[in-house]
Amino acid sequence: MVGILEDKDRIFTNLYGLQDWGLEGAKKRGCWNGTKDILDAGRDWIIDNMKNSGLRGRGGAGFGTGLKWSFMPKEVKDGRPHYLVVNADESEPGTCKDREIMRHDPHLLIEGCLIASRAMLAHACYIYIRGEYVREREVLEAAIKQAYEAKLIGKNNVHGWDFELYVHHGAGAYICGEETALLESLEGKKGQPRLKPPFPAGAGLYGMPTTVNNVESIAVAGTILRRGASWFAGFGRPNNAGTKLFCVSGHVNLPCNVEEAMSIPFRQLMEDHCGGIRGGWGNLKAVIPGGSSVPMIPAEQCEDLPMDFDALRNLKSGLGTAAVIVMDKSTDLVRAIARLSYFYKHESCGQCTPCREGTGWMWRVMERMATGEADPKEIDTLLDVTTQVEGHTICALGDAAAWPIQGLFRHFRHEVEDRIASYRSGRLHVQGAKLIAAE
Amino acid sequence: MAIAKVNGVEVEFEPGMTVLQVAELAGEEIPRFCYHERLSIAGNCRMCLVEVKPGPPKPQASCALPAAEGQEIFTKTPMVKKAREGVMEFLLINHPLDCPICDQGGECDLQDQAMGYGRDDSRYEENKRAVEEKAMGPLIKTVMTRCIQCTRCVRFITEVAGSPEIGLISRGEDVEITTYLGAAVTSELSANVIDLCPVGALTSKPYAFEARPWELKKTESVDVMDALGSAIRVDARGAAVLRVLPRVNEDVNEEWISDKTRYAVDGLQRQRLDRPYVRVGGKLQPASWAQAFAAVAAKIKAAKPERVGVIAGDLQDAESLKATKDLFTALGVKNLDARQDGSALGAGPRESWLFNSTIAGIENADVVLFVGANPRLEAPVLNARFRKQWIAGKTRFGVIGEQADLTFDYDYLGAGTKTLSGLAKAKNDFVTALKNAERPAIIIGQGALSRADGAAVLKAAAAVAKTFGVVRDGWNGWNVLHTAAARVAGLDLGFVPGEGGLSTSEMLKPGALDVLFLLGADECETAASDAFKVYLGTHGDNGAHKADVILPGAAYTEKNGLYVNTEGRVQMGERAVFPKGEAKEDWSILRALSEHLGAKLPYDSLDQLRAKLFAEHPTFGQIDYAPGSVATSFDLSGLGGAGELSDAPFESPIKAFHLTNPIARASVTMAECAATASGAAKIAAE
Repeated sequence: MVGILEDKDRIFTNLYGLQDWGLEGAKKRGCWNGTKDILDAGRDWIIDNMKNSGLRGRGGAGFGTGLKWSFMPKEVKDGRPHYLVVNADESEPGTCKDREIMRHDPHLLIEGCLIASRAMLAHACYIYIRGEYVREREVLEAAIKQAYEAKLIGKNNVHGWDFELYVHHGAGAYICGEETALLESLEGKKGQPRLKPPFPAGAGLYGMPTTVNNVESIAVAGTILRRGASWFAGFGRPNNAGTKLFCVSGHVNLPCNVEEAMSIPFRQLMEDHCGGIRGGWGNLKAVIPGGSSVPMIPAEQCEDLPMDFDALRNLKSGLGTAAVIVMDKSTDLVRAIARLSYFYKHESCGQCTPCREGTGWMWRVMERMATGEADPKEIDTLLDVTTQVEGHTICALGDAAAWPIQGLFRHFRHEVEDRIASYRSGRLHVQGAKLIAAE
Repeated sequence: MAIAKVNGVEVEFEPGMTVLQVAELAGEEIPRFCYHERLSIAGNCRMCLVEVKPGPPKPQASCALPAAEGQEIFTKTPMVKKAREGVMEFLLINHPLDCPICDQGGECDLQDQAMGYGRDDSRYEENKRAVEEKAMGPLIKTVMTRCIQCTRCVRFITEVAGSPEIGLISRGEDVEITTYLGAAVTSELSANVIDLCPVGALTSKPYAFEARPWELKKTESVDVMDALGSAIRVDARGAAVLRVLPRVNEDVNEEWISDKTRYAVDGLQRQRLDRPYVRVGGKLQPASWAQAFAAVAAKIKAAKPERVGVIAGDLQDAESLKATKDLFTALGVKNLDARQDGSALGAGPRESWLFNSTIAGIENADVVLFVGANPRLEAPVLNARFRKQWIAGKTRFGVIGEQADLTFDYDYLGAGTKTLSGLAKAKNDFVTALKNAERPAIIIGQGALSRADGAAVLKAAAAVAKTFGVVRDGWNGWNVLHTAAARVAGLDLGFVPGEGGLSTSEMLKPGALDVLFLLGADECETAASDAFKVYLGTHGDNGAHKADVILPGAAYTEKNGLYVNTEGRVQMGERAVFPKGEAKEDWSILRALSEHLGAKLPYDSLDQLRAKLFAEHPTFGQIDYAPGSVATSFDLSGLGGAGELSDAPFESPIKAFHLTNPIARASVTMAECAATASGAAKIAAE
């Protein structure tokens, strides 16, 4: 046996698509089993159990899912319908967990949508799927069709909770993964984040109470409620409960998606599932532990690092979407972060000033730092600019653009300084030279 | 009332106010670019960041944050200072340093706030972004590189003007404000985006590179381009009026003005009558004042009073109307008319020709019926209020007349008199709503009243108003929408035919008169009349072309004058520049003429004239008071007259919005606008 999580405790038992994704296959794996009992147990029971399970939102922010559901009004008032919106606009570089759920275990998601909608008294749910996910959408739509045909969802379904499920295909903008920008886009407008407050639970889609959840948060709900909150809470350290899909990419021997218990030590995750770091543990340089927007951590902090929200936050990084990007010693970290800066500059919606102007500025300085054509004093200017963006914007994209740069300079400032010094002394930086040649 | 603390000082505030408003209550200035009181909150410039407790340990956008009881707001902490400096730096990194050649210079929010809240220099060493200019029509000049993407213009044109023609495209640092496919903005309120633009991205095209704001003499005055009497500021340098800007008047125009109000002023420099003329041998020849007066006096003295007629124009001030009426009444003339269009108003109580709900008060109406009125063309600023009501979902609108795009939805009931007279018995949703309305209003336009059957239409409309209880206790919903700035003053003065006198159309018939005196009257066709025509006015327009004697007068920016708007509000216009050449103020011309006629007018100064005016017509003494603001009841049944109703549909009297008066017709800018609006410019360009 490898890892911590045993096969019997896996939620996504068809993560690799080795079995039938369809309704028959899903039912064999336990999906749709006892769903009616869960729904009949009522709103409060579902929300209490979700709270007790300790599930924290899997979209990156790690906000308690049960708590989020409980923010919805307790009854439908003044003819204002409630909505559940599932955020399947998975665009964070490094993250590729939701697509596997939608491709291979779509019924877990559909069942989760029904349960979550019951809990928040919604009769309609929208799944906003990323524009690039064409095959995923096809499978998801086929699965939804199966569910409708089997009367599992829809009007007068076997579960006794009228429920309509719609898939909306996005147009491929990263910012539409931000929950309020997603709602704008869903309403047919330009995907630009809204001001908060009001929060979606008060005025969301079409101004109605709405909850936006990540695909994984919703897809695990059915299994949690079937197997009990305490089962789920039994994994991981306190306050970091449950199982989690890790997406490991970069310089490992076997990049993979794997469901593991929370708080699994980073080293065990690498060695048990990913075949170890390329070139051995000693060749590890740095890790971006939660998708491109979180600050990187250096190898020496990874030794016995548990992979969970709190441990990573203590290192001034974050678990994010648990998209682990591993970088070995061959990596040009400065260029890597410069590339991420380009991504955020490209994906900024342009609505608010610090992000619109700051992302471009940061990217341009990073590009020069990657070649060494910068002034050493620009490092402090750049860091000051990141703090001028961070926390000053409407949505979190400003933060996401600032953090990778802050992470780089927190741990590898000397590399940038060396780069600048060698450029000034006429010695071309080897990695930079190679990249220029390659491009 | 809730209480919050601003920099440690307690402030009482109404629940629902934002942090920014509460801070302003406390006297703290909060810098802002995107926030505007009359537009929706965008919260995107991030300039208004403040520190708020309780709250997250980061600065908050105060424009969008609701204030709460017990909140502590800090506007002077190091965190706030740094946040403002940071945002200001970001705004400036891609803003060109072209202030010396920017028309916004001197009245630029970005300049002012950079001085107040910015850093001393920039740390940005990259190249600056450049953005392509956009074509937005003849009024709006764009220098898009200066744009800071506050989206005020987008929100104005979408929300207030109601023609969503400006938008923000692309994303990130590539975002651009543009019109759809570079088309001209067609809204009648479009140029207000120039005032709203906090930087020099949208500036005034006709005014480009004309002057700096500190060179201009600013005069607060009143607009005469429509009957609303919008509050304006006239900016002049030397003898030339260079631009007109809106002033805030919550009761009339809020802070918007129409494009015509703003841009017709270049017409004040062209086609001007700057000296008297007398027609000699079929041609107008320059003359002295004495020669002109002698020619006029000879003709008037030779004619019998019943063979003399006076028609007053649409842009006249009340004083010149009063002087004209006094002069010709003294001569025994009864053929007086201030209604060039032949409108059926003028008899009956004053309320019958006023906009009784008042312009601000119409927002309280719950059902509004338009009869023969196109408010979008006849009073664009008022139309913005209807749109505001419609957006708030408070009001239902119905239209009898032209089925035009009014920028809000309405029930279209029919085209003409049949619908109007059959309304009481009609069965449809709108009629039911009108029946059940608490504050119903009828807005009757000159398109319904200035027809041959105007009196009968007025009677029918009054009957409808009576049926639906439009005038009731505490509410007067009888509203006449005028199109001429001088009309209400004329009616208030009784500038209408006396006993046995002739109306405009009767005076203009061949052989009806020996002498026709036109007081700035340019909107009536005088070609058929064979009378000796005297024209007192400002422009070489319709009236002057056919005149036998021309007496050059003063335009609205060149004289002190009183104007009464459609709601009966008397407002004072002020002189910004002097009349052109030998031209004089209208009342003084009439005073001088009176001596030549041997019927000397009993006043030697404008003050004396006004004193007489106020004494004889006390309503003129109530400056800036709208009589409808105190609901008055009056009897509708006496309105109008008998007659056959014609089947012809109601048509708005305004065919070309930009060309409704001699000033606008002399304006090059208005000609360009009219060409753009009619599509002529496009054809020429292709």
